[in-house]
Amino acid sequence: MKHLFNKLSLSLLAVGMFSTHAAYAVSDLPGGPGVRQLNLQNAATKIAEEQAWLHWFMLVICTVIFVAVFGVMFYSILKHRKSLGHKPATFHESVKVEIAWTVIPFIIVILMALPATKAVVAQKDTSNADLTIKATGIQWKWGYDYIKGEGEGISFLSTLDSTHRELSNNGAVGAKPNDYLLKVDNPMVVPVNKKVRIITTATDVIHSFAVPAFGIKQDAIPGFVRDTWFRAERTGDFYGQCSELCGKEHAYMPIHVKVVSAEDYATWTKDQLKKMAALADDPNKVWTMDDIMKRGEKVYAANCAACHQPNGKGAGPIKALDGSKLVLSDDKLQQIKILLNGANNGAMPAWKQLSDTDIAAVITYTKNHWSNKTAQLVQPAEVKAAR
Amino acid sequence: MSAVLDPHGHAAGDHGHDDHHAPTGWRRWVFATNHKDIGTLYLLFAFTMLMVGGVLALLIRAELFEPGLQVVNPELFNSLTTMHGLIMVFGAIMPAFVGFANWMIPLQIGASDMAFARMNNFSFWLMIPAAVMLAGSFFMPGGAPSAGWTLYAPLTLQMGPSMDAGIFAMHILGASSIMGSINIIVTILNMRAPGMTLMKMPMFVWTWLITAYLLIAVMPVLAGAITMTLTDRHFGTSFFNPAGGGDPVMYQHIFWFFGHPEVYIMILPAFGIISQVVPAFSRKKLFGYASMVYATASIAILSFIVWAHHMYATGMPVTGQLFFMYATMLISVPTGVKVFNWIATMWRGSMTFETPMLWAVGFIFVFTMGGFTGLILSMAPIDIQLQDTYYVVAHFHYVLVAGSLFAMFAGVYYWAPKWTGVMYSETRGQIHFWWSMISFNVTFFPMHFLGLAGMPRRYADYPMQFADFNAVASVGAFAFGLAQVYFFVFVVLPMMRGQGEKAPQRPWEAAEGLEWEVPSPAPFHTFENPPKLDATATKVLG
Repeated sequence: MKHLFNKLSLSLLAVGMFSTHAAYAVSDLPGGPGVRQLNLQNAATKIAEEQAWLHWFMLVICTVIFVAVFGVMFYSILKHRKSLGHKPATFHESVKVEIAWTVIPFIIVILMALPATKAVVAQKDTSNADLTIKATGIQWKWGYDYIKGEGEGISFLSTLDSTHRELSNNGAVGAKPNDYLLKVDNPMVVPVNKKVRIITTATDVIHSFAVPAFGIKQDAIPGFVRDTWFRAERTGDFYGQCSELCGKEHAYMPIHVKVVSAEDYATWTKDQLKKMAALADDPNKVWTMDDIMKRGEKVYAANCAACHQPNGKGAGPIKALDGSKLVLSDDKLQQIKILLNGANNGAMPAWKQLSDTDIAAVITYTKNHWSNKTAQLVQPAEVKAAR
Repeated sequence: MSAVLDPHGHAAGDHGHDDHHAPTGWRRWVFATNHKDIGTLYLLFAFTMLMVGGVLALLIRAELFEPGLQVVNPELFNSLTTMHGLIMVFGAIMPAFVGFANWMIPLQIGASDMAFARMNNFSFWLMIPAAVMLAGSFFMPGGAPSAGWTLYAPLTLQMGPSMDAGIFAMHILGASSIMGSINIIVTILNMRAPGMTLMKMPMFVWTWLITAYLLIAVMPVLAGAITMTLTDRHFGTSFFNPAGGGDPVMYQHIFWFFGHPEVYIMILPAFGIISQVVPAFSRKKLFGYASMVYATASIAILSFIVWAHHMYATGMPVTGQLFFMYATMLISVPTGVKVFNWIATMWRGSMTFETPMLWAVGFIFVFTMGGFTGLILSMAPIDIQLQDTYYVVAHFHYVLVAGSLFAMFAGVYYWAPKWTGVMYSETRGQIHFWWSMISFNVTFFPMHFLGLAGMPRRYADYPMQFADFNAVASVGAFAFGLAQVYFFVFVVLPMMRGQGEKAPQRPWEAAEGLEWEVPSPAPFHTFENPPKLDATATKVLG
């Protein structure tokens, strides 16, 4: 029986080792994990360097204490044995010794806490950032919004490469890419040597934004806003993965930060903003009634119907739009201004974040739907002029 | 069983006539009120749950053997990790220690039984429907809960009906724990034989006394957290649901206020067992008994003020991170004191290394490793790198498996001769130890590297660079699991069947304590009358 068990374990081990060697020709991923890596990833920020130093500091102290303590224990095991004829001593207490091995570790712990304190304070200082990016955790991708600094207004989603996801489902047979499960369609791009503040939040459950090479990890909590920061000291690609269980695709929402030179960053932001503008509505377009009514219906359903009701009649303090003097009036500017700025101290909220086209469409819709038949058409240019 | 001196004047342990006929067959177990029987029930239940939880772990490791999904889909994988955690914590470790408490506390304090024998029965049998619900949740629509054993909101609000079954099961288990703790405290405080002052109690009794207070303090907090989760899910509240104005981080505060003392609940009785075994096999009294008591109490008190070290990455302000870092680092001081005291007990003793001592020494070695990784994790800047990675998984498996479980094995080999009346095979015990020790380290040591390199936990699939260490860990896991099957089939079963050398009343020549003052196996009723004790409260006079 014993022989069989040993044989089984050995063959299992062999199979394990063999398949590990035979199947993969993977290499280290710069800015990401290395093959059989033993320590933290190579630091790309001063904070990460600080963390790596702190870790070595702790590891060395702990190892020294460990070797000392267990040196004593193993010495005792070897020498103080009954089989060697050693007779047991009778001492079993010593206040002096107890005090000594309480106070000395206490002092060691305090000495450990000093450099750690410095690092904690530095990590938390997100002030005076050059660039602020909001990272939103969404089941199961990241949304990046550049909200302050060069590139302000850039907004996009970053999702795991779909071929990688498929590869995972297929048991990852065959050739595997070096950035398996780390490759995304749209990486976050940041300039090198600039302080980047990352604001994290989420739309559904808790996620966590982490980039080991930068030494950052910050939970992305729905309904709340948290922040962290980094200053990348070299260009390159850096990877992280979602670090808080968020549902079934938790392992499939990686983070890819591309650090580029200042010039490359400037070029990238211009390209991105141009691309976004192209996809956005042209506020100078002249719309036909049919088209703009169709658009307005969608905007109304998505934004207004909840309060003003699908039948436009409102309820209680919420004003009816159907038959409203303001809506029927010739003075389009009044309704435009209400939509842009809100009314009644925010009881009617401001909608200036909607595009000129959307606001023009929904106003036109209210003016020509239900019993309202003004035949008035508000063009996006009129809304743009009123801002 | 009354704590009052017997008015009929029977000598201690005298069985001249039975006042009742002890029940047999299934009634003996279903209606058990005897602390020894209930202890046995708890231990066998816990071992069963250890095997169930172990199968879940092996499914996890089978999936993680190679990159890519081969065995399960990600949702089922998340259920596996969740249920592995819940079953091991609430179904294996905690009930096993209660089993030890039931068997040993009355024997060690010279009491006839636990204070509330019928409540003791209820505490045990409550666990069966709870365990069935937990294990059966895999078969409910939507599968078993998959939000991690920590059940963070708002992810739990997305779970199917098995989440509610799980919450119900946890409430039941919590009630069982609280009742058990009340029983233990009342027994220890009221039923010690005359002459056994608190400072003469065995360390195992002390650690359980303190653990019981911790349990009563924190199980209701867990109940609060999961009840709020239940009402958020079904009754329109928004404690944790941000869409309704709730705070997901509040869940974490409440959970970890329970969770951190919980992990000390799972280790303090282990410390108690080690404090019994090491002196017995060193042939030398425990070094610094008073210090050990104070250290245990300090650990318990400190455990209440460190919970947010599980939350360093949630966004708490600098002051919060610093406070919890300092408080957590402080716990290493009394823990260190205990390790030093055990080694000082061994120092210049006269040691032999039968199986219980192997486990105890092994515990000290490997648990301390887990303690050091805990100290490293307590440093907030380092924790930012390691939070939610395999480094944490390595840390807690070192302290829970190499810690709690190894200590339990030490306790089983140490006390089973008293429980069963037969000796285990020393060769087989040694095989079990070395096989477990080696395979445990093969499984969990590489996880430190994986965590440092950045592999997150609760991941069904991982980047290629993590493949080799994952493969090693998986092989180790299967070997470790097999070792426990070996243990049950070749050590436990023979002992339970009475196969083996007859155990003397005192199988360990230098073991001290009242449990060694009764025959092996311990008779169904022991210390029916409080024994008269010597000055050290370790020997029965007359």
